Amino acid sequence: MQIYLPIAEVSVNAFLLLGLGGLVGLLSGMFGVGGGFLMTPLLFFIGIPPAVAVATGANQIVASSFSGVLAHFRRRTVDLRMGTVLLIGGLIGAAAGVAVFNYLRSIGQVDLMVRLCYVVFLGIIGTLMFVESLAALRRSSSGAKPKRKKHGLVHKMPFKMRFRVSGLYISVIPPLLVGLSVGVLAAIMGVGGGFIMVPAMIYILGMPTKVVIGTSLFQIIFVAAFTTMLHATTNYTVDVVLAVLLLVGGVVGAQIGTNIGLRMKAEQLRVLLALLVMIVCGKLALELLLEPSELYSVAPPVNQ
Amino acid sequence: MMRGLVLALLTFCATLPARAEEVVLGLSKDEVAITASFNGSDILIFGAVLREEPIPSGSQLGVVITVAGPSTPVTVRRKERRYGIWINTDAVDVDRAPSYYAVASSGPLREVLSNIEDLRYRITVPRAIRSVGAPMTILDSAAFTRALIRIRGNMGLYQVLEENVVVDQQTLFRTSIQLPSAVTEGGYVTRIFLTRNGKVVSQYQTTIEVRKVGLERWLFALSRNQPLLYGLMSIAIAIAAGWGASAGFALLRR
Repeated sequence: MQIYLPIAEVSVNAFLLLGLGGLVGLLSGMFGVGGGFLMTPLLFFIGIPPAVAVATGANQIVASSFSGVLAHFRRRTVDLRMGTVLLIGGLIGAAAGVAVFNYLRSIGQVDLMVRLCYVVFLGIIGTLMFVESLAALRRSSSGAKPKRKKHGLVHKMPFKMRFRVSGLYISVIPPLLVGLSVGVLAAIMGVGGGFIMVPAMIYILGMPTKVVIGTSLFQIIFVAAFTTMLHATTNYTVDVVLAVLLLVGGVVGAQIGTNIGLRMKAEQLRVLLALLVMIVCGKLALELLLEPSELYSVAPPVNQ
Repeated sequence: MMRGLVLALLTFCATLPARAEEVVLGLSKDEVAITASFNGSDILIFGAVLREEPIPSGSQLGVVITVAGPSTPVTVRRKERRYGIWINTDAVDVDRAPSYYAVASSGPLREVLSNIEDLRYRITVPRAIRSVGAPMTILDSAAFTRALIRIRGNMGLYQVLEENVVVDQQTLFRTSIQLPSAVTEGGYVTRIFLTRNGKVVSQYQTTIEVRKVGLERWLFALSRNQPLLYGLMSIAIAIAAGWGASAGFALLRR
């Protein structure tokens, strides 16, 4: 069944979109990530204009992270104080990110920048996660205990604040900076930034793993909603019909994925997620390195 | 309605000062509605040649039909290898390029239409695109125009349908033109040229309206006129869907 998307101005198969949403939802439920980093490249692939894919991706993330955060609120695994600090950084970052996005669009480099961001960040995170989880797998089979966290640079900065739920007493500067950089990336890449935020919270801020996902989801809702608003008001590129189709598939897939995820070991999941991230990264990197079949591209000029 | 239209045309033509050959036109539809299930559309264009005199001998009647979507400026960019990766480097701004353009003719275009007439009426695809000048640094600006025609051609937006107009008894003609699903809104100017020996002897022009309707129209208008409201609505839908999914599956699990 073909459906015409009013903002993207293309006609696509509705079941394809439902399936795509379902697949990404399944993976995001299994691994506890937003899935934006898979959704946006997949949308490029089926012919949705990049600007619409990025903006609509942000809207769809609002739905999936809201659904997820409710579950975490029930389990009381959301650090509201930390979430708010991250959020302040995130909102500033998102505003800057949309400005950067619009500037890149005006010079015709948005496609390149989005792809480069994906390759660099997915590459780094995929590799780190892969190495770390393989080590964890080995550790869990040998039975050794994980190392205790150390006091680093994070504990020497001023403006300290107590985060009770996380059990931390650290400066507000690192969380603000983490929020800021993730906000910029979220706006440019059309992702929630969970795949960057989660490792940053664990390794840089030293937060306990059980509150990380809930807190990350909490602040992602607001950053993604803010990004959606900015894209909707400055670029008119949010396609609500596309978003609805994706999120209907997505929420169903996420629930099935969660059930699959519960039956697997955490380390195995992380290895799989790392592999997935590296595959997406590799495919995007190849597209940049190999000569494209069509060297020219047509775009509407930027009205300025 | 169609019969009334033809009748009106006939009377209209009759009042004109007598010319050798005139076009009377019919369209299978003069309005294309883009609905949610829109997946392209075929438009049948047909008509007749009206004459006061016998058919001129010694030359074959040629019919050329063009359909042009609204023109907009576009930017064509070219990728080049820099620092090992392929990035956009040169860009050429094309002043006006139709979003859709189809040209159908009764014979090979080179035979039914002379170059001069093509220039005057801007009939073939390269003529329909207006590109004034490229930056001085780009020497091969023609390659950019060719790329534009190639890319839009592959998308079915630019079509050259030679020998696609059927002409019966040098009087009746018909053709079918396909609008792909990725069309934009606006008035699609439809022109019919009658030619003899490559010269245009008569032309006729009308407009096919392509419009989004219903929900599509409403959403598009809302996103442009009330972007704030549209953005809030999108977020509200997302929040509701997220909450609905969470609550729904919580109920199922019980």
